[in-house]
Amino acid sequence: MSSDQTMRDLMASLPVPEFDSTPWASPPPLAEATVAIVTSAGLHRADQDRFAGRGDVSYRMLDRGDRELVLGHWSQNFDRSAFVLDRNVVYPIDRLEELAADGTLGAVAPRHVAFAGNQPDTVSEVRLDTGPAAAAELRADGVDVAILTPV
Amino acid sequence: MCVLAHVLEAAGIATVALAAMRPVAERIKAPRVLYCEFPLGRPLGVPGDAEFQRKVLRAAFDLLNAPSGPQLVDYPRVVEADETPLACVLPPRFDPDVAASADEAQGLRAAYDRAVARRGTTEVGRSVDADGVPGALAQLERVIAGEHWKEVYGPRLDTLAVAHDLRAYYQEAALELAGGPPPGARQAEAWFFEKTEAGKTLTAARDALKEQGAPEGVTFYLLPVGR
Repeated sequence: MSSDQTMRDLMASLPVPEFDSTPWASPPPLAEATVAIVTSAGLHRADQDRFAGRGDVSYRMLDRGDRELVLGHWSQNFDRSAFVLDRNVVYPIDRLEELAADGTLGAVAPRHVAFAGNQPDTVSEVRLDTGPAAAAELRADGVDVAILTPV
Repeated sequence: MCVLAHVLEAAGIATVALAAMRPVAERIKAPRVLYCEFPLGRPLGVPGDAEFQRKVLRAAFDLLNAPSGPQLVDYPRVVEADETPLACVLPPRFDPDVAASADEAQGLRAAYDRAVARRGTTEVGRSVDADGVPGALAQLERVIAGEHWKEVYGPRLDTLAVAHDLRAYYQEAALELAGGPPPGARQAEAWFFEKTEAGKTLTAARDALKEQGAPEGVTFYLLPVGR
């Protein structure tokens, strides 16, 4: 069995948080929307604090122009070579700029968000504290749509 | 990731999540999910292929047109990892007075430095910087030779940080040396663990730490699951 399949089977066996309902926001048309990336890859600039090894519920705000980013997620169990060669395979910031330039989307958000995906099973703090805090920062920047990228 | 989709959406931001784990996405019921069966660590699928990445993004943004959710759609293209080792030369033995792994790491330094200069940043630095890589390997060699890990490291050994730095240093050097199109996912990992002295040292150190009764927290995270 491939390593990725082993990890997929392992993750499928773990508990996941339950949600009673699915919220639903109605954004403006994409061509008028401001779009942000939210990633769980634990990305950060060299001048920002690293994420802790386990259970770090904090997030880092990345400026639209940031390109020299470190892949701060602590899992050994995914490919890290692609990010070294092309950040867009995890953090498609250059692709968003292109889609904004050709009018597909309205604007690229001034700031983007990175969490670290290795979280406790309940994910309580992200649900109740740091997740809403990050959302409020994006809303303050006028973000209408978020594209979420995991590793 | 899908948990954050719930949180953001509840705050009024419409979300589209690229998901790597379909069963997890099914159970969390995020508003709009595009399941992409791509190698883990490559949520946009293919490095260096802007057109491929744009198509994934367009498929994801198409979900914004759905009138209600949850929406879980499978991206039609599958990309699989490649676990054959990267083809990358290794430096010849140079300094017989140091362990083969530390010697090898020193021999890769020029390629590593070129890679950092090209990219402007590095993944090395959780426990040591590049100057500390040969020393980190020498410490692992002492554990393999029978010294107790607490003698080598003191009471606290952050094995995960050490392992990350070694793998990152080697990976950045190897990608620089290999050149050519981006390798498949896990080719650099396979090269490190199967072809390099450092990979063999890390594996042997894990086994030695287990024999010494080191806590699982010290040994488990040294290597990827399955190695």
